[in-house]
Amino acid sequence: MYGRFKYTGVAVYGLTGLAAALILVAVLVIIANIVIGGWNTISWEFITASPTEGMTKGGVFPAIVGTFLLVIIMSLAGVPVGTITAIYLSEYAISTSILARMIRFAVNTLAGVPAIVFGLFGLGFFVQFVGKGLDHLLTGGVELHWSQPNILWASLTMSLLTLPVVIVSVEEAIRTVPGELREASLALGATKWQTIRKVVIPHSLTGILTGGILAVSRGAGEVAPILFTGAAYFLPHLPSSLSDQFMELGYHVYIMATQSPDVEATRGIQYATTLVLLLLTFGLNFSAIYLRHRLRRMRA
Amino acid sequence: MNKDHPGDIKEARQTTMTSKANIPKPLPSRKREPSDTSSLRNRFRFGESLAEYSIKTISFISLAVIILIFIFVFREAAPLFFPRPHSTFTNEELRQETYGEEPDTTVSVKSTAIAGGRNSTSLETSGGGEGEASLKNLSGTVWQPVSAQPKYGLLPLVIGTLKVTLIAMLIAAPVGILSALFVSVFAPRWAKEILKPAIEILAGFPSVVIGFFALIVLASVMQNLFGFEYRLNALVGGVALSLAVIPIIFTVTEDALASIPRALTEASLALGATKWQTALYVLLPAATPGVFAALLLGIGRAFGETMIVLMATGNAALLSFNLVEPVRTMSATIGAEMAEVVFGEIHYNVLFLIGSIMFLFSFTLNAVAELFVRRKLMQRFKGS
Repeated sequence: MYGRFKYTGVAVYGLTGLAAALILVAVLVIIANIVIGGWNTISWEFITASPTEGMTKGGVFPAIVGTFLLVIIMSLAGVPVGTITAIYLSEYAISTSILARMIRFAVNTLAGVPAIVFGLFGLGFFVQFVGKGLDHLLTGGVELHWSQPNILWASLTMSLLTLPVVIVSVEEAIRTVPGELREASLALGATKWQTIRKVVIPHSLTGILTGGILAVSRGAGEVAPILFTGAAYFLPHLPSSLSDQFMELGYHVYIMATQSPDVEATRGIQYATTLVLLLLTFGLNFSAIYLRHRLRRMRA
Repeated sequence: MNKDHPGDIKEARQTTMTSKANIPKPLPSRKREPSDTSSLRNRFRFGESLAEYSIKTISFISLAVIILIFIFVFREAAPLFFPRPHSTFTNEELRQETYGEEPDTTVSVKSTAIAGGRNSTSLETSGGGEGEASLKNLSGTVWQPVSAQPKYGLLPLVIGTLKVTLIAMLIAAPVGILSALFVSVFAPRWAKEILKPAIEILAGFPSVVIGFFALIVLASVMQNLFGFEYRLNALVGGVALSLAVIPIIFTVTEDALASIPRALTEASLALGATKWQTALYVLLPAATPGVFAALLLGIGRAFGETMIVLMATGNAALLSFNLVEPVRTMSATIGAEMAEVVFGEIHYNVLFLIGSIMFLFSFTLNAVAELFVRRKLMQRFKGS
C-alpha cells in the first residue's frame, strides 16, 4: 500500500521544487540580461546628460529628475494620508464597526484596481474636473493652465495608487507597538491622542518609513497611471512648476522600446535606462526589506 | 507635561475602557467634583475630539476615492448612453471628409480606405447607425476606432484580454501554488532564504521592465523555439504576464498555508502520514479558500496589467481564438489610444467605458475574494 505512494511523493517533491526553481531562474535571467545589456552604455555621463539627437544619443537625466519629483510629490501627499488612515484603523476604529470595515474594504479594493483605471481617473477627475475648475476660478476658463496633464496631477494619481501600500505597512508597524507601552502611557494620565502622538507614532516610525519607501518603489515603477496624466515623450527643459509636464524613467523605457525612430540603434540606451530604473527600485526595495527586517527583530 | 491633571484620569480611563476591555475599572474618580475640572476637561476633550475627527475624516479618503473613481470614470463614459446632439455632428463631418476614395495621401485616410474596402459588406448592411456608439456597435466584432466608419466592437478586446489572462493564469497558478507549498513545507532553511527574496525581487520588478524583457528577449527566444508566425503574440504576452502574477499567488497562498494551525500538521504526522502526504491531503485542502483568494487576486492583476501586454502582445485587435496571434487587450487599448483621442469624442467615451468595465470587474473580484473567501477561511479555523 505504501509503495504505491512512493512515486507520488517523489512527484510532489519534484514538482514543487521545480516550480520554485523556475521562479529563481526567471529572476536571475531577467536581471542578468538587463545588467549585461546595459552595462556598456551606463556611465556617469549617461545619468547626468539629456537625450540628444532625437533621443538616439545622450542620457536620461531629465527622466531621473522627473521620476524623483514624481515620487517626492506623491509621498508628500500619500504618506501622511496613509499613515493617518492606518492610525485610525488600528487605534480608533473598533474593528467590527461598519465604518472600519468599509474603510478596510475600500483599501483592499483600491489595492486591486488596475493601474490604468487610476490613469483614467486621474484624467477624468484631476485634469478634466479639478483642473478645469481651477482654470475657471483663476482665469475664467480662457487660459488652459491646470486642465492640462501635469506633474501635480500625475503625482496625485500615483499617490492614490500607492495609498494601500502605505496603509498596510504602517498598520503592521503600529501593531508591533507593545500594548504595555500604550497602557503605561494612559495610566500616567496621557490622553489617547497624546499616547498616539508621543508613544505610538515614535515607535512605528520605522514602519512609516518602510511604507513610504515601498510606495516610492511602486510609484517609480508604475507607468500606466501617468501615461495620460502628465508624462511627456521628450522635454528640452526640466519641469520648473507643478503645472509642467515631465519625463519619467519607466515611461522613457516604454517609448524608447516601442516608439523610438530607430529601435535597433538605441538598444544600448534602452537597456541602460531599464538598468537605471531597476537599480532605483531595487535600492528602494532593499532598504525597505532591511528596515522591515530590523522591525521584526525588534518585535521578537 | 502641564496638561497632566487629575481631571484627566477619567478621560484616560474611558478611552482605555473602549480599547482594552479587560482592565479593571478604577472607581475613585467617579467621586470627583465635576466643578473643579470641568473647564479643563472641556478643553482637553476639544483637542481630543478634534484629533479623532480629523483622523476619522482623513481616513475616509480611501473610501471617497473608490466612490470618486466610480463617479468620474463612469461620468466620462456616460455620454455613450445619453448622447449629446453635437456628437453626431462631428461624425457627420468626419464621414464627409473621407467617405469618397479621395486621392489624399495621409496615412490614416489610406488605412481607413483599405479597411473600409475590406468590410464593405458590413458597412452597407448596418447603414447610418455607424459611428454612433449604439449597443449594437459596441457589441460588434470589429474594433476600428480611427476610420471613416469608426467601429467600437468590444468583442475582440474582451476575447484578447481573456486569452492573455488565461495563458498567464495557466502558468502562474501552478507555479505560484506549488512553489508556495515548497517554501512552506519542504524547503530547507537555505532554500527558503534564497527563494523568499527572489519572490520579493520578482514582485518588485516594475511591469515596464518585464514588458521590456518580453519585447526584446522573450519574444525572440520563443519565436526561435516554436517558429511563430508573429513575433509578438498572446502567448508571449501571457508568459510575461505570468511573471507579474506569480508573486501575488505565491504570497497569498503562502499566507494561507502559514495560517493553518500547527495542530493539523502535527496530527497528520502523528498518524503516520509523510510530509508530502500531509502537504497534499491536509495542508492544501485546509488552505483552499486562501488559494481561491490567491487565484482571484491573480486574475485581477493579470487582466488589469497594462504595460506588459502593451509591449509584448502585438496589439492587433483580431477576433480569433488562436493563441499565437497578436492580440489587443482592454487595458492596452486604453493605454495606447487615450493619448491620441479628442476629449469628449465617442472614441474617448468608449475608452472610458472600457475602463469602467475593468473597474467593475476588479471591484467584484476583490469583493468576492475579500468577503466570501477570507471570511470562509476565518470561519473554518475558528469553527474547528
